[in-house]
Amino acid sequence: MERHFEKDLNELKERLLWMGSLAERAVHQSVHAVLDTDEQLAKRVLEEEDAINELQMEIDDRVVQLLALHQLMAIDLRFVLAVSRINNDLERIGDQGVNIAQGALRILRHPRVKPYVDLPRMSELVEEMVRNALNAVVRRDVELAQSVLATDDQVDHYRDQIFRELLTYMMGDSSVVFPAFELILVAKNLERIGDHATNIAEDVIYLVQGQDIRHPTVDRR
Amino acid sequence: MHASVRPVLSVNIPPIVTSAATRETSAALSMRMTISKLNFFYGSKQTLFDVSMGIATSKVTSLIGPSGCGKSTLLRTLNRMHETVRGARLDGEILLDDQNILAQDVTSLRRRIGMVFQRPNPFPKSIFDNVAYGLRINGSKGPISEAVEKSLRHAALWDEVKDHLHKSAYELSGGQQQRLCIARALAVEPEVMLLDEPCSALDPISTAKIEELLVQLKDLCTIVIVTHNMQQAARVSDFTAFLLTGQLIEFSPTPQLFTTPGDPRTEAYITGRFG
Repeated sequence: MERHFEKDLNELKERLLWMGSLAERAVHQSVHAVLDTDEQLAKRVLEEEDAINELQMEIDDRVVQLLALHQLMAIDLRFVLAVSRINNDLERIGDQGVNIAQGALRILRHPRVKPYVDLPRMSELVEEMVRNALNAVVRRDVELAQSVLATDDQVDHYRDQIFRELLTYMMGDSSVVFPAFELILVAKNLERIGDHATNIAEDVIYLVQGQDIRHPTVDRR
Repeated sequence: MHASVRPVLSVNIPPIVTSAATRETSAALSMRMTISKLNFFYGSKQTLFDVSMGIATSKVTSLIGPSGCGKSTLLRTLNRMHETVRGARLDGEILLDDQNILAQDVTSLRRRIGMVFQRPNPFPKSIFDNVAYGLRINGSKGPISEAVEKSLRHAALWDEVKDHLHKSAYELSGGQQQRLCIARALAVEPEVMLLDEPCSALDPISTAKIEELLVQLKDLCTIVIVTHNMQQAARVSDFTAFLLTGQLIEFSPTPQLFTTPGDPRTEAYITGRFG
């Protein structure tokens, strides 16, 4: 027997996936505003932020209604709780995209500090994490979620490398301090996006297996 | 839920019109019934006070409240079942499609407003005859067996009984009997169906079946349900009325009443703090 709230659950999933697409798009466009020196892309990210925010509130409303009206159990309950958390992470990813876009507008006022080598690699990795985390939600794919978790260290490594390299440039030439500092913030924002993708992947594992793996040192026996 | 394809990148998010978020917000609903300033008395004891509310067409409206709050009384006034009780008296106005129900022939009114009770009450007849009964006494023209099948299908009972339509209705389970009573009520194509705690004598699976049925039936007729199970009201209804000691305390779209009730008494009741 199909229960009529399944329709509501399906709609909730669809809306979350739209939210995911918008967040992914914000990340991609904002990073490429920096990498491709494209001011229009940065401006577009700022324009599109409202859509993400509206969707976040709509998804929250749906979550509240499902919880209030339908006494969900087991997988349905875990799904709605996971959606609520993922919704927050996606909105934060959108915000980090906006931060990068705002940084891009400031960076573009200066000549390029150096050819970008690690930044494109880092951003590709982070975009892939977000993409895989969302695909893991759709497919309820624990393995894919775990691959996202495994990627986080590489992202942190890139961030450290970019920090070190840009610090060296800043120490050598004080005229690049401003754009170099902004680039460090871009790397910092990308690293944060990776963290949110990691959260989403952890939620997938919770959704599918009912296990909370967020804090492995906490003994819950 | 099965995996779905993720949407392509775009900011043109399609709105979903039939969503939980908008289960009932439209202000432009037509009203099948309108209750105005209804006061009700059993002898000298007043049990409903100045109740006014609308019953929206093709929606499920539920009446909730603690025992003795007047929800069943209110339901029974809607097809004048209260007239079977000696000393019962009401004043106020109840309209069905803008016509006063108190000024109509009661038999034809009850054909237009069907009722299903707490305990399944099939007639001591066959499954077929239970559904056909209302059609026959209403002098229905046209093939009865087709109408019976249609009603049983609408009541989600057909597949379970189609091979033994001539067995006694008493051989059915409680949940099946209740769906049979719904089929019997549906057979005469009522505009409104009143249900008085239709699941209170049923097990959880039968209850879930009836709930799904109600959600589907609202396309066919307007539904008013009294339930002491507020979760049931939350699950199935579009609008919920909360009554307390004969007064209508709050009447709102169900999602609103159960997430952000406007009256502290409603809040206390639905959070289980009294009642």
